[in-house]
Amino acid sequence: MSKTVVTGLGVAAPTGLGLSEYWDTTLAGRSGIDRISRFDASSYPARLAGEITDFTAEEYLPNRLLPQTDRMTRLALVCADWAFEDSGIVPAEMPDYEAGVITASHAGGFEFGQNELRALWSKGGQYVSAYQSFAWFYAVNSGQISIRNGLRGPSSVVVSDQAGGVDAIAQARRQIRNGTRVVISGAVDASICPWGWVAQMAGGRLSTSEKPSRAYLPFDDDACGHIVGEGGALIVLEDAEHARERGTEVYGEIAGHASTMDPRPGSGREPTLQKAIERALVDAAATPDEIGVVFADAAAVPTLDQIEAEAITKVFGPRGVPVTAPKTMTGRLYSGAGPLDLTAAFLTMRDGVIPPTIGSSRSDRYDIDLVAGEPRTAAPGAALVLSRGQGGFNSAMVVRSGY
Amino acid sequence: MSSGDSFTLDDFRRVLREGAGFDESVDLDGDIMDSTFEELGYESLALLETGSRIERDYGIRLDEDKMASVVNPRALIDMVNEQLRYGGNT
Repeated sequence: MSKTVVTGLGVAAPTGLGLSEYWDTTLAGRSGIDRISRFDASSYPARLAGEITDFTAEEYLPNRLLPQTDRMTRLALVCADWAFEDSGIVPAEMPDYEAGVITASHAGGFEFGQNELRALWSKGGQYVSAYQSFAWFYAVNSGQISIRNGLRGPSSVVVSDQAGGVDAIAQARRQIRNGTRVVISGAVDASICPWGWVAQMAGGRLSTSEKPSRAYLPFDDDACGHIVGEGGALIVLEDAEHARERGTEVYGEIAGHASTMDPRPGSGREPTLQKAIERALVDAAATPDEIGVVFADAAAVPTLDQIEAEAITKVFGPRGVPVTAPKTMTGRLYSGAGPLDLTAAFLTMRDGVIPPTIGSSRSDRYDIDLVAGEPRTAAPGAALVLSRGQGGFNSAMVVRSGY
Repeated sequence: MSSGDSFTLDDFRRVLREGAGFDESVDLDGDIMDSTFEELGYESLALLETGSRIERDYGIRLDEDKMASVVNPRALIDMVNEQLRYGGNT
């Protein structure tokens, strides 16, 4: 079966716009979490977020796209441009139907939707933008990336909360195995607006801490829920033969994936994250000792941290593998989280340095080797990325540096 | 909102830019009366949004079937002016 390799990365995160800014900030351990500036959050219980503060869509996108796009779509379009540029692929030069786009979405275009619903209820239906017909929609990032780049190959959207970004890339890998040469995949989410905020508060897992440095502390005794962030990554996936023919540099291979669904709460049955890890390893034909770093889902909810730490310990042994969560600097990016962690995993393997988990001090309850505070020099040849979504979604993906 | 009692090419340009943006490679300020919307870089949804904004800004109703057959600014401007003049009686 043909292998799926990664040849391009495009990033927009609270810790940096573009790959090099993101990676420099991440290795330096600088947080992008601060008080919300995009709306007045003073009356909400959760007031911190990982915001992208220096993005001006007008700098990057044609004017025609602005009235019809939510913030998450604008960020996704720019990430896609950067990922293609990084890969050296010019989409317009690809034959029709040989390149597709598969993204994930957590909430769709919430801010756009909020503005149009406000217009509907305060002024009337005539004031609702015609573009509301698609701008809020989960599939809109795939659609707009497809239109902008002329990608007419297999395209779709995956919705499985925070597991979605990894699941989308797994779907892209299936399409490449089925014969598609290039798929751009990943996710960008951004719903830091009052309506999005209320919806996320209803999930019951948001940190209400006021102190950015103590607000999102996975695997810490003081874990108190998570901070929401915005952004994500788009990744150019390519049939290994196609990449070889082009003679291009390759970050590595998408080597294995599995997703599982937890049993319903109260059933008494075991959670299934461990099973997802084991199956992803089998899919990659990898042994646990081949994995040199784990990028944790890092829920920062004690019961969920416990489940994740136990799953890692059972597969890799007590403190058997370095575990890190650079998302402590960005907040949880929902669908964007997995693709951003995969990006960090490829850069970790390229540079031989594992980015740190900031803020957290490992609780004695968890027998994991947490890379806390400072980056760590290492030479992992393979990495494992974990991503969980609310409602029982677990996804695990194994990547390798070579192919 | 309108310049005088009629809907001009400049009014059209303003509503179009506000609702649907503009293609940087097209000179909207040039002689565009008989250019097709497609040549100007607009798809049917852009026209729908533009029609909807004209309706609410000028307090008129534009016939949906007629709107669907409008291909260039001249036809749209004529249609709007016809409604402004006779809209109340038809």
